Amino acid sequence: MATELTPHAAMSLTEQLPVLQVLVPFMAAPLIVFLGSRGLAWILAFGTSAAAFVIAALLLGQVLDGSVISYHIGGWAPPLGIEYRIDAANAFVLLLVSGISAIVLPYARESVASEIPRRHHTLFYACYMLCLTGLLGVVATGDAFNVFVFLEISSLSTYVLIAQGSHRDKRALTAAYDYLIMGTIGATFFVIGLGMLYMATGTLNMADLADRIADQGANRTVVAAFGFIIVGMGLKAALYPLHLWLPNAYTYAPSVVTSFLAATATKVAIYVLLRFMFSVFQPTFLFEGNTLEFLIIPLAVLAMFAASVIAIFQTDMKRLLAYSSIAQIGYMLLGIGMLSQTGLTAAIVHLFNHGITKAALFMGVGALVFRAGGSFFDRIQGMGKTMPWTSAAIVLGGLSLIGVPGTAGFVSKWYLVQGALEKGWWPVAVLIVASSLLAVIYVWHIVETLYLKTPAKDIAVGEVPNSMLIPIWIMALACIYFGLATDITLGAAQAAAKGLLAGSSGMLH
Amino acid sequence: MRHHLILRVVTKLLVGSIILFAFYVQFHGDFSPGGGFQAGVIMAVAFILYGIVFGLGKAQAVFPPWVVHKMVALGVLIYAGTGVVSLLLGYGYLDYDAFAPHHPSHGQHYGILAVELGVGVTVTGVMVAVYYAFAARPARLSDEEW
Repeated sequence: MATELTPHAAMSLTEQLPVLQVLVPFMAAPLIVFLGSRGLAWILAFGTSAAAFVIAALLLGQVLDGSVISYHIGGWAPPLGIEYRIDAANAFVLLLVSGISAIVLPYARESVASEIPRRHHTLFYACYMLCLTGLLGVVATGDAFNVFVFLEISSLSTYVLIAQGSHRDKRALTAAYDYLIMGTIGATFFVIGLGMLYMATGTLNMADLADRIADQGANRTVVAAFGFIIVGMGLKAALYPLHLWLPNAYTYAPSVVTSFLAATATKVAIYVLLRFMFSVFQPTFLFEGNTLEFLIIPLAVLAMFAASVIAIFQTDMKRLLAYSSIAQIGYMLLGIGMLSQTGLTAAIVHLFNHGITKAALFMGVGALVFRAGGSFFDRIQGMGKTMPWTSAAIVLGGLSLIGVPGTAGFVSKWYLVQGALEKGWWPVAVLIVASSLLAVIYVWHIVETLYLKTPAKDIAVGEVPNSMLIPIWIMALACIYFGLATDITLGAAQAAAKGLLAGSSGMLH
Repeated sequence: MRHHLILRVVTKLLVGSIILFAFYVQFHGDFSPGGGFQAGVIMAVAFILYGIVFGLGKAQAVFPPWVVHKMVALGVLIYAGTGVVSLLLGYGYLDYDAFAPHHPSHGQHYGILAVELGVGVTVTGVMVAVYYAFAARPARLSDEEW
């Protein structure tokens, strides 16, 4: 059998990029544990995150024109083998996830040192890298079951990371436990859905699934699978009535973990929802159109209002921002529910813009916690005077959260309103603007606390170290930059939306 | 603590053959039922049995916890490292053809052996680590109080 082989053409490094995207951070995790050195742990984590960011940028550059990269793991061709499939939609999310990680890690050094005991540092960074690997893997893969595997890698490490907050506040343990239960239910629903799809089609490759579902049309099994997948991923994405794990998890997790997760984890779940709604299932199916219009949109609007109102009454800044995240996820789902090029563009660009906005805000709060020892308003009040730079960055992030013109948040909300108007949904457009006014109230609450009150007496005065301040400002300035220079984000989001709306026809081999 | 004489003698006799059987399952996994997962568990059983009969302290003297933790990571490194080697040889990630370009079925063979070794090392480490984690918890009641 060996005699009739054609000589193997060596693959170049560029061709290996899709797997390197996941492999590079993945190798860091066991290496950190194996070396067991605190200093090396951080260096490895940051080095590999930065490398992952460069890889993501290179990949996005390759697929921005609408092309698709397919990588076969182990040389086994899809649909039998596992395929990594990069197009504009997931390259954009890869860029967000790896970029946030590369900026959060320099900030992590001091913040982790102040919040987590030294003996846990190496394992903390190992878990962090596993979480990053899982998130990148979920996005990069083109195999539905592989999504589940990577989802579990990221979830299990997330539970551990959240529980690390217990050194500051014991409630982190119950928060992590709640998330473990809810997250496991979500993952189980997701895998039940995959099982049904496998039963109906006999394949797990997404492109192949799309073909076969399109061929056989809707039946009970496919519809049930759709339901399970939407509920399962909805739990992970904190879709409004399924959001209960989120506020505690974000509030009690270490600041670094909150900054990273808030900007990436729910966004990745939204990406999976997008992928399944548009690439695997056809939006033209009646059941999916109905789900989007009569279930997702009302829930999204409910999230925008209910979560924003709850946020207004919070007395803990981290918890306030957590509820605001639930509201912002509502905007993304609203964009998805519009089922139009503009709506989808808005959802994808908001996924990115909200990611950087929330990263800036949570990193800012983390800096306040670094000095004040807590994120309750009575601890951090008046810190606009003692920590002017951090507070100013928080205000910039807050403006972007509201969607003030000139900030990243404005761009996505503008597209969202346009999407609603295109559809002739005037009330929805009004609701988007009205819910933004609620954001004005809670952001003002933050500004008032920081600037118009006198600081608590027993608090260490002074700014945080530059290694924390600079990453915060990179994020804050990114909120402005992506509000003014919209070519990159909008261009990528439009290409992604186009690819997704093309449905399975865009995924055919 | 010189009771359970039969258990102690039998354990001493068995530990060696359990380890030998673990290696058999490990390296025959590609032809007969078995492989890294099963071999890892069998290997761990040898140490867990030793720990149950002779006490946690003795087991940890033979197989210290820090070695166990390194093994957990090492196995993953062996598995992923196999993929990295195939990648450096100009093939796809975990494409075992890379290990014997002129005779791919041999290459597949070598590749499977390498990744199964990684699986075996990690599973041994994880099983023993789980046992240590539970066994090392302080007892709520001392033995006399039962």
